[in-house]
Amino acid sequence: MKYRMGIALLSLAGMLISAYLWMFKHGYIGSLACGTGGCATVQLSPYSQFLGVDVAVLGFLAYAALLGVAMLGLQPAWQERREPTRAVFLISGGGVLFAAYLTWLELFVIHAICRWCVASAVIIVLVFALALLDHRRVAPRAALT
Amino acid sequence: MAGTSSLNRFYLILLVLAVGGGGLLYWQVRRGVPSIPANVTVTAADTAGFQGYFLGNADAPVVITEYADYQCPGCQTFDMVQFPDIVRQLIETGQVRWRYRDFPLNMHPFARLAAHSAACADDQDRYWPLHALIYQGQANWSVESEPSGTFRGYAEKVGIDLKAYDACMMSAKYAGRIQASYDEGVRVGVNGTPTFLIGDRLYGGLSNSDALKRLVDSLTAVTVPTP
Repeated sequence: MKYRMGIALLSLAGMLISAYLWMFKHGYIGSLACGTGGCATVQLSPYSQFLGVDVAVLGFLAYAALLGVAMLGLQPAWQERREPTRAVFLISGGGVLFAAYLTWLELFVIHAICRWCVASAVIIVLVFALALLDHRRVAPRAALT
Repeated sequence: MAGTSSLNRFYLILLVLAVGGGGLLYWQVRRGVPSIPANVTVTAADTAGFQGYFLGNADAPVVITEYADYQCPGCQTFDMVQFPDIVRQLIETGQVRWRYRDFPLNMHPFARLAAHSAACADDQDRYWPLHALIYQGQANWSVESEPSGTFRGYAEKVGIDLKAYDACMMSAKYAGRIQASYDEGVRVGVNGTPTFLIGDRLYGGLSNSDALKRLVDSLTAVTVPTP
């Protein structure tokens, strides 16, 4: 269960980061705590939207879904079931690919690094890794049932 | 199965993280200090229909573009000492149309904030009064640690609706416009402030309004056809 707990905690941290970046983009926060200043450059660039939706909103929704699934997987009736793990695996797998795309944009197109975006990328990779570990935990038991 | 005690401990940690993180975000919103980023990506919307801040008759035969930085002492001297004479001798007489462009130098940490404050004043047609106040108060706000409150005070002084002003400042919506203005200056060859573009020539400084008037007179004689 510790893997699902870790996924839930990381997802909540991801939600908070996404909310922070969205609030800056829309003027609710004057400045971002970002040593290099690259955060503002990235957040105010055209690439801060994907298909017309703020990337921060997409991140918030994805992390909220991960948190919801992880919390469900912690309930007694679901603790040994594989479905929550599969759902986290799929969502975080998509998140890892999207984070890789965003990091590529930062490095080679925008030429600025947003530390909060890097933190979010690290979180989604960790969630994905925990989903893999949780899969190993659940799979043998599920095979016996 | 996870033990009840470990689940309870997990829920407590989750709650602490949610409340702590939410509290930090709330504090950030309440703090609400505006910050205008530099080197933002300029979009088409940033420059659409906007060529600078103009003063004077649109049909004036000569257009003078000033590239200036609100935190530059030379720009302040020009604005307070020479510009009033220029307004009286050249702009109000219809000979010159003045065009002001922001050229915030990186060495001045509050130049963009000041430029953005003036841009927000322009939303309410109070650009030039705030422009003048910002220059007049330069010696005070340039030594502050965070002068946005001082600019807000100037905005209030010139009769700006502060609710709209605050929203404008917090959005940093003119960061791209200011960057576009700076980029334009770089393109035409500006490398210091104040710099004036008259015709197709750049002037690094204007000794006094009389010298400028003579220059404008000579240009007017050349550019305006006699009937």
